[in-house]
Amino acid sequence: MAKTMALKVNSETHSVSVDPGTMLLYVLRDDLKLHGPKFGCGLSECGACTIHLDGKAVHSCVLPVEAAVGHHITTLEGLGTVEKPSPMQQAFIDEQAVQCGYCINGMIMTASAFLAQHPNPSRDEIKQALNGNLCRCGTHMRIVRAVQRAAKTGRQA
Amino acid sequence: MKPFVYERARDAAQAVAALVADPDAVFLGGGTNLVDHMRLGVASPDRVVDVTRLPFDRIEQLADGRVCIGANVRNSELAAHRLIRTRYPMLSQALLAGASGQLRNMATTAGNLMQRTRCVYFQNVTTPCNKRQPGSGCSAIGGYTRYHAILGASEHCIAVHPSDMAVAMSALDARVVVLGPSGERRIPLVDFHRLPGDEPERDTVLRHGELITAVELPALPVAAHSLYRKVRDRRSFAFALVSVAAALDVRGGTIADVRIAFGGVAHKPWRATRAEEILRGTDATPEQFERAADTELAAARSQPGNAFKVKMLRNTLVAALQELAGAA
Repeated sequence: MAKTMALKVNSETHSVSVDPGTMLLYVLRDDLKLHGPKFGCGLSECGACTIHLDGKAVHSCVLPVEAAVGHHITTLEGLGTVEKPSPMQQAFIDEQAVQCGYCINGMIMTASAFLAQHPNPSRDEIKQALNGNLCRCGTHMRIVRAVQRAAKTGRQA
Repeated sequence: MKPFVYERARDAAQAVAALVADPDAVFLGGGTNLVDHMRLGVASPDRVVDVTRLPFDRIEQLADGRVCIGANVRNSELAAHRLIRTRYPMLSQALLAGASGQLRNMATTAGNLMQRTRCVYFQNVTTPCNKRQPGSGCSAIGGYTRYHAILGASEHCIAVHPSDMAVAMSALDARVVVLGPSGERRIPLVDFHRLPGDEPERDTVLRHGELITAVELPALPVAAHSLYRKVRDRRSFAFALVSVAAALDVRGGTIADVRIAFGGVAHKPWRATRAEEILRGTDATPEQFERAADTELAAARSQPGNAFKVKMLRNTLVAALQELAGAA
């Protein structure tokens, strides 16, 4: 049964009327038209649906929407815009880290939350941090370089 | 996914009452195993009672030195906590050896204990499985057994418990604090999970409606010198082939105290009590470590696909103890 709830997404409060057990990913994509987060496996394994909940990277595909009420949700759209991408988004563009692009939302969201906590990571730490994000094109080397580039940009900023 | 009612528990007593009133209701923690199973058809509750807003989200040191971990403490938070890293390093290491960052950010302490086996036949609803559908048979026996049990299995089930955290807690003499309709009880972690016997559908001794509110760790000085060693097919985001949680206190070359538990090899975290008995009071030498490992593993029964695990576990235990003895 639908219930009206207030969701804080990308610094704005949205009112949504959906079943409270609907997974957050569907509400973000279908109701709020935020298509950054992707449906990959639906089993909290692949990382394509990653968002930030109070700044922490989590899977939105297994999180009932009502469980997210009261928390700060950030999606890829909340990091930057096409006109003004975030340093991480810009680094992914500069390194041409995208092939098909389906996993990239999760890569950027996970990497952003990680860099916020570890501004000066080693290459191995970056690889470990991204272990919950699967890429089937095989662009991992470029993705790691992009995160290294964003870290460098962050240190210079 | 079968339609279900989602509700948030107002308080612990109401959460327990909600389950008692509905045999098909379940508690929801981080959702990283339950929701997967609802999608796969492995679980099909009609009511999901979200307990993550209940006030069990703290890690506290009690006056007598015990550490009380709230049921809703997230795995990432527990792994990073100063008390855990300094007093129980094996627990912090075990948590960080499991899952991915996103999963650890969501998974709760109670949910980690309650997660179910990743046996492929259990998770595939088209194959017989005594755990999922009692009496239907075990597809793993005679099937793909690389990830299956070598200790304590039965003819009905050879699945293993997937948790790393619980292995460390087993070695640490942890107790699970549980609230039920008739009040609170404490269950030693070593007795919390079950061996499969002829009821593999029962993972734990919990009764329907009982809610985990905390896990208590005893003061246990030996735990400050401990480690968790996990062997797996990939370096990250993989379940254990075998794992060892070990704590060792060596004084003047003699073992004063020791704790050992195994993961990835049984239906529950396997506390290696026989090995501990042999080691207490003996010399901290490779020969004694090997003797302890061989004694504990004398009861091992492997499958065609996992015979390698016996030697792998033996070597992993000996290496872990040598590392601890060398650094003593």
